Amino acid sequence: MEIQIDRARVERARELAARIAAPVEAFIAAHSTVSVERAVLRLLGVDGVGADEVPVPNLLVDALDPECRTRGAALAFGRALAETGLDPAALGAAIADGAHRLADFADVPEAAARGALRPHVDAAMARIGERRAQRRSLLERLPQLPPPLLYVIVASGNIYEDRTAAIAAAEAGAQIIAVIRSTGQSLLDFVPYGPTTEGFGGTYATQANFRIMRAALDEVGERLGRYVMLTNYASGLCMPEIAAMAALERLDMLLNDSMYGILFRDINMKRTFIDQHFSRMLNGYSGIIINTGEDNYLTTADAVEQAPAVLASQFINEEFAERAGMPATQIGLGDAYEINPDLEDGFLFQVAQAQLTRQIFPNAPLKYMPPTKHMTGDIFKGHLIDALFNLTSVMTKQHIHLCGMLTEAIHTPFLGDRALAIENARYIMGTARHFGDEIAIKPGGIIERRAQHVLAECVALLERVADIGLMQAIERKTFADVSRPPDGGRGFDGVFARHPEYYNPFEAALRGAREVPA
Amino acid sequence: MSAQMVKPYGDTMNDGKVQLSFTLPVEWSEAADEAARQLVARMGFSDVSVVEGRAIATGFSFFVVYASTPHAIDVSAIKAPSARTHAMSMEEIDAFVAERIGRKVRIAGACIGTDAHTVGIDAILNMKGYKGDYGLERYHMFETYNLGSQVATEDLVRFTKERQIDALLASQVVTQKGSDVRNFTELAELLEAEGLRDRVVLICGGPRVTNLMASELGYDAGFGRGTLPSEVAAFVVTALAERVRQ
Repeated sequence: MEIQIDRARVERARELAARIAAPVEAFIAAHSTVSVERAVLRLLGVDGVGADEVPVPNLLVDALDPECRTRGAALAFGRALAETGLDPAALGAAIADGAHRLADFADVPEAAARGALRPHVDAAMARIGERRAQRRSLLERLPQLPPPLLYVIVASGNIYEDRTAAIAAAEAGAQIIAVIRSTGQSLLDFVPYGPTTEGFGGTYATQANFRIMRAALDEVGERLGRYVMLTNYASGLCMPEIAAMAALERLDMLLNDSMYGILFRDINMKRTFIDQHFSRMLNGYSGIIINTGEDNYLTTADAVEQAPAVLASQFINEEFAERAGMPATQIGLGDAYEINPDLEDGFLFQVAQAQLTRQIFPNAPLKYMPPTKHMTGDIFKGHLIDALFNLTSVMTKQHIHLCGMLTEAIHTPFLGDRALAIENARYIMGTARHFGDEIAIKPGGIIERRAQHVLAECVALLERVADIGLMQAIERKTFADVSRPPDGGRGFDGVFARHPEYYNPFEAALRGAREVPA
Repeated sequence: MSAQMVKPYGDTMNDGKVQLSFTLPVEWSEAADEAARQLVARMGFSDVSVVEGRAIATGFSFFVVYASTPHAIDVSAIKAPSARTHAMSMEEIDAFVAERIGRKVRIAGACIGTDAHTVGIDAILNMKGYKGDYGLERYHMFETYNLGSQVATEDLVRFTKERQIDALLASQVVTQKGSDVRNFTELAELLEAEGLRDRVVLICGGPRVTNLMASELGYDAGFGRGTLPSEVAAFVVTALAERVRQ
């Protein structure tokens, strides 16, 4: 099936997205953040925690004087590497212990610092490249079932319980496991350390937890003969660090949105724009598929009214991701099935939006999110709404399908809830597998007119944003009816202007790697 | 009032029919079905029928069971007062405030603790409202502050003090491991400690909140799923008017 849409309007939307992103990109290029610098240190091999459980990358970046920080943490660290001859992990530990101070090496020549960094940068790039190659060969040997890929969430707070739930879900047919983070984590300006067994509404994202879940999913994948993907969240205040850890531990997907944190977590917009850029450069190289968060526009406001904003955000997310070097096949743009079930022909509107997105972004592994806003304690009705969501997804060839839970509004899913949700999706997607190929959309009918209306409104919205600029548009409540000032919100104190001699060795390495596809 | 004993109704008065579904951490087998049946019988049910039993993962089985309960409940003796009883429109509420309180009412709302789910508090406060019922921000006689998500209880109490808030709305959607009750309790205790408790109408809300639970936690009212903004508004102004009168 296909909807007739005005291609000129789509072209116009992409032009506008480019006009919107260009000035922001210029701002990004002139700035860095504490989280970018901590990610650089982590990639070099700095890890562990010091006194009071403060992560060593935080200790190091916080210890830089403001002037020194503007040149990037890598140079200061490289000077110490050159002088001490220690490896990055040992040097990090020595500084955390107070045995060395970065300030003591200020006189070491810059060339020596760059030289000392080189082998560690190469090693990190090689390790991430290996992880990527490993994923590719596993996917060849253990192919996944056809899309929509069934994605479920585990969120007990205890990584070991999550592991049990993940294995059970994979056996039931889940192809992607997302470990939801503890609710407070997006606002922490550090990444917790080690395996964790307590969290609220989710489980802390730590490198150790990534490793535990990766090993479990690899094991069950071998047993089932199909690769099971792992997802986490590169959002909040530590986007670049999570992207670095995910690259090192072979996660397959990351939630990563260019505006989500600004609008829905009140994280400073400058911080977010800079952080999303470096995290996406990493995601591009590590082969990680990002999932953008447009579903959030629909859960906080009316889904019918917000449809043009969802599409506009998809264009903006695509543009920012491409500017960070990501190919279309790694940009999992988001949408959600959130129209009020009481609305007559609401299902037609859902199909219109999903099909419109499919046609406008033909190579994107679209992420389709389930109903949440209109789910109640009535699990029976909830299971029915999920069935229509499943039908829309298979009809319109969505790629990543987050299975809706019948107990959505009640509790974090029980093991049995997940099994029922997966069964629902497998039934609908099996019985209607080629339905979308067999039907034609009535020209000029409700679905087509709705899609054309959404596209037209989206272009109008993008025109307004392009005219006033993205940061001002966000301040004027253009997205999600939320106003955020450019210098307000969380994490703004972690943003700083780059010195002309600023150096981030991974930026050049990642740009270089793009020229030669792995 | 005379006792009114009731049992669940399947298709015949007093048949006591209920349906249950649950997961057992065992491999599925006929013995697992029998284990499910005996477990339900041990819960006190009779006529237990395991209508579905199957494996859902290695080491886990899922069951659907129908059974009859021998118990009945006297519904005439149940006390669960609702806070959603003051039916007034937005216009009526504005007029009521102008007449009975004589100044704007200051209302603050927040999703407290680490909870980031603002869907409930937004439905009550945002101008747009919920199900065609305008949110509190739209009321002329309210000065409304939506402090958003993940607000620490200390910050909320400080805000209440500084802005002389009349009514405080605390929301919790995440209930994992009792975090909602813990946060609600902490807020009530902190207000008490600061000597502010009697100065504010204290309200909690969320999909799992009941008015009964709210009163047990020391709140003036609790609002659960499906609550309309005007229902909260009506409760707030009625409670404030009573305090003015005293």
